[in-house]
Amino acid sequence: MSESFITSETKIPDPHQDTFSRAIFGFWAYLMTDSILFGSLFVTYGVLQHRTFGGPSSHDLFTLPLVVAETIVLLISSFTCGLGLLAAVRGNKKALLGWFSIAFLMGLSFVVMEVTEFSALVREGHTWQKSAFLSSFFSLVGTHGLHVSIGLLWMIVLIGQVIKKGVTVTTFRRLVCFNMFWHFLDLVWIFIFTFVYLMGVL
Amino acid sequence: MQDNLSLNEVIKEWHGSHRHYVIGFLLSILLSGIAFYLVMAGFKGSTILYTIIGLALLQAVGQLIFFLHLGKEEKPRWETLLVLFMILVAVIIVVGSLWIMFDLDKRTMDGMAPHQKMLPHTMTNHS
Repeated sequence: MSESFITSETKIPDPHQDTFSRAIFGFWAYLMTDSILFGSLFVTYGVLQHRTFGGPSSHDLFTLPLVVAETIVLLISSFTCGLGLLAAVRGNKKALLGWFSIAFLMGLSFVVMEVTEFSALVREGHTWQKSAFLSSFFSLVGTHGLHVSIGLLWMIVLIGQVIKKGVTVTTFRRLVCFNMFWHFLDLVWIFIFTFVYLMGVL
Repeated sequence: MQDNLSLNEVIKEWHGSHRHYVIGFLLSILLSGIAFYLVMAGFKGSTILYTIIGLALLQAVGQLIFFLHLGKEEKPRWETLLVLFMILVAVIIVVGSLWIMFDLDKRTMDGMAPHQKMLPHTMTNHS
């Protein structure tokens, strides 16, 4: 029985054998390794959170209204990125580019807000060299911000490819991978605003 | 190997839908909104702490299902399996590290008053 299973030409309905599915599975594997990175950074922050070395604590530094704005902007970016992919499914290139432009602008304003927050902290003298708390804070939130920034570069490349080549098998696969990356970053942000900002102020 | 799928066949392998995106978006807005409200309105205490952690976990699961379409793939569900395994690894890393570090902290720093652990000038005494 097993012999015929291997040699026969009949198609076995396994949905994970084509290039698209394998690429998506590989991308899931990448995202999962990335969450090991974020998990480690979260633990580091959790351990060092109260080691302020006589400097300011999270109560003194965090401003929640800015974090609310960052959360909303990143969520809208994630949502419109998904709507763009739905437009790609319908073959509507214009709508795809429109939604992705909105997603890009929202992602960009997230990065701008985070850079503003960081530079304000540094200007006031609260750099990553001041205490273990600030080191771990900048490492965790900065790593997420770096991911978002790289995602923005990726988005520019993708928008260019869609303009030039349209929605093909290849560009669609890349759009799906990017979409997963973007949703993943929004998911990490949930934990950052909860465990860093909200719990830091609570 | 079916290596040359057409665009239409490939599109069928992606499981997003408008309904799911709208549900995921509204759910995220609602759960984040409650969490931010609870903290910004000035509520304190461990109940609030556990509530916002619960809201975050709920929202994470919601986004996995409605934005990342987890569990929508056809059987065998390798991607779902990968995520579940990852959650196991993440829990071991996070809980294990916190356990070790806080246990060490308790065993080595217990005799000290809290302020001694933080102030710079006392650090040299205990190096």
